[in-house]
Amino acid sequence: MIELLNVRKAYNQGRSNEFWALDGIDLVVERGRMTAFRGPSGSGKTTLLTLVGCLARPTSGRVRLDGRDISGLPERFLTQIRRRTFGFVFQQFNLIQGLSARDNIMLPAYPLGGDGRALRERAEELLVALRLGHRGDARVEWLSGGEQQRVAIARALINDPEVVIADEPTANLDSALAREFLAIVEGLKDQGKTILLSSHDPLVTEAGMVDRVHSLRDGRLVTAG
Amino acid sequence: MPAWLTRQQALIDFTLASLARRKLKNLGLLLVYTLIVFLLASVMLFGHALRREAAAVLKDSPEVIIQRMVAGRHDLIPPGYLDRLGHIRGVQSQQGRLWGYYYDPVVKANYTVMVPGPDAASPVATGRVVVGAAMARARGLAPGNLISLRAYSGRLFSFTVADVLDHDSELVSADLVLMTEADFRAFFEITAGHYTDIVLSVANPQEVRNVAAKISAALPDSRPILRDEVLRTYESVFNWREGIVLVLLAGALLAFAIFAWEKASGLSAEEKREIGILKAIGWETGDVLKMKFWEGALVSLTAFLLGYVAAYLHVFHFASALFEPVLKGWAVLYPRFELTPAVDGLQVATLFFFTVFPYTVATTVPIWRAAITDPDAAMRG
Ligand SMILES: Nc1ncnc2c1ncn2[C@@H]1O[C@H](COP(=O)(O)OP(=O)(O)O)[C@@H](O)[C@H]1O
Ligand SMILES: [Mg+2]
Repeated sequence: MIELLNVRKAYNQGRSNEFWALDGIDLVVERGRMTAFRGPSGSGKTTLLTLVGCLARPTSGRVRLDGRDISGLPERFLTQIRRRTFGFVFQQFNLIQGLSARDNIMLPAYPLGGDGRALRERAEELLVALRLGHRGDARVEWLSGGEQQRVAIARALINDPEVVIADEPTANLDSALAREFLAIVEGLKDQGKTILLSSHDPLVTEAGMVDRVHSLRDGRLVTAG
Repeated sequence: MPAWLTRQQALIDFTLASLARRKLKNLGLLLVYTLIVFLLASVMLFGHALRREAAAVLKDSPEVIIQRMVAGRHDLIPPGYLDRLGHIRGVQSQQGRLWGYYYDPVVKANYTVMVPGPDAASPVATGRVVVGAAMARARGLAPGNLISLRAYSGRLFSFTVADVLDHDSELVSADLVLMTEADFRAFFEITAGHYTDIVLSVANPQEVRNVAAKISAALPDSRPILRDEVLRTYESVFNWREGIVLVLLAGALLAFAIFAWEKASGLSAEEKREIGILKAIGWETGDVLKMKFWEGALVSLTAFLLGYVAAYLHVFHFASALFEPVLKGWAVLYPRFELTPAVDGLQVATLFFFTVFPYTVATTVPIWRAAITDPDAAMRG
């Protein structure tokens, strides 16, 4: 369970261009649910996901993961929590060019130092599960947009995280691929994973498997749907 | 396998995959780097082996050599000197030597003509000579052949080649011609009782300098040459030659350092983006640095090993073909000698330190700045 208590986040704090991207967020994300954040561009969705996912720390307020306050932890510990607990699917996919799909998928596992063979097997399973079995050796820049996103999803899953975070996952996809994405995350939800999405795509926010939608505007939650 | 080891292995795997992306650039870099290590290591190996060789040869040479100086030039020792030296306290034995240089217009080379000492390994008989390997090669001689030499007096002499000296220490014996005392005196027209120089042995090695001083006092026109001093002279000659080459190479190395620094520190936007991604997906700053460390270490270690092995082969199996003109060349008849393979641990360490270390640092340090960026940067394209 993830809790946010009066969380605020400022960019460029103390400077003339200081900007409060989040301004007092109170939120509870339940385990095993799919939660979506919607709101116009600039409303703070991405910022919120970075705080939940331990990519950044709040300027004030608390973030609790399973009751443990993680908002004050040093970066090293945040990184350790992040790579075991969260898997990220970035809006731009953020794959590493020039490397194969398989190498990209295995990247988050390297710092953990697990057994190499088990890792390769797991990567292979994910490739197959995401219909990339034949594309494992292809360089990621040769893949289509949909394939690239599936590689990004596989990479998010390689360390078997409890929580999958996807920022604007359908922004670069057509409707058919967007529906496919939703089907994939529904499958993940069925496996018991907690899913967090941000989107202003109604296809996502109004999809049946989304348990909860929060609306953001100017760094505040406006409604709870 | 322990976790840290599989971690390093995974990082190395990734580094290799990452390096393979820019194959041409990285191979080019590796090539330049290997070449530099090769040149430096060749000079070091060559100099070291040569010095050992020379020291070994000089070890067997006499402790003191007496020359006579006339008008500042080396002249023949006149009769009587040998006896007078025998009366100086501390001198154990004394012996006159006969040797000289002969210019052979046929092959346009100088030979060193010598009369072997009484206890020499290869004694010669009248009318016969023993020749060095290089000379035998130059004149196409084999044992049993006749060789004609026109003396400085104009007279023509014929000798039978009794033997060709083996390659053991060709550096010294390459251009040698050994003949009997009588032949030598006839050939160079040196009358009996005269010698080229005198070799002495001293009863107490600690006393060498005292004995030399006494000789200088007794025979003021003589110049005693001590073996230790010769050793030192050789040493400085080698150092000097090596120094020239090293200075040239230092220039090359500097150019390479600038090139490497430029390559390593000019972090491209692409690399920065990649580091951001790695951090976002769970790599720590330390992991990124380790990966870059491996990148530098793999390139420089490979270059070091390739370069060093190539240098070893170059010096000990291909007779330092590239350096011959610079590092040797006091004999016109070029000795084609095989140096005894010798590797000096300190030299290896020095070379390692000055090649692998700076490059690895140059690739790792600039990454520091990029590696400490906030991981959330990756969330924003
Ligand atoms: N690194 C940053 N520095 C300064 N301002 C930022 C930074 N990141 C985001 N912002 C600002 O914070 C606000 C919220 O951004 P973001 O969380 O990306 O919103 P959304 O994802 O809803 O579009 C925006 O106005 C954006 O310009
Ligand atoms: Mg956003």
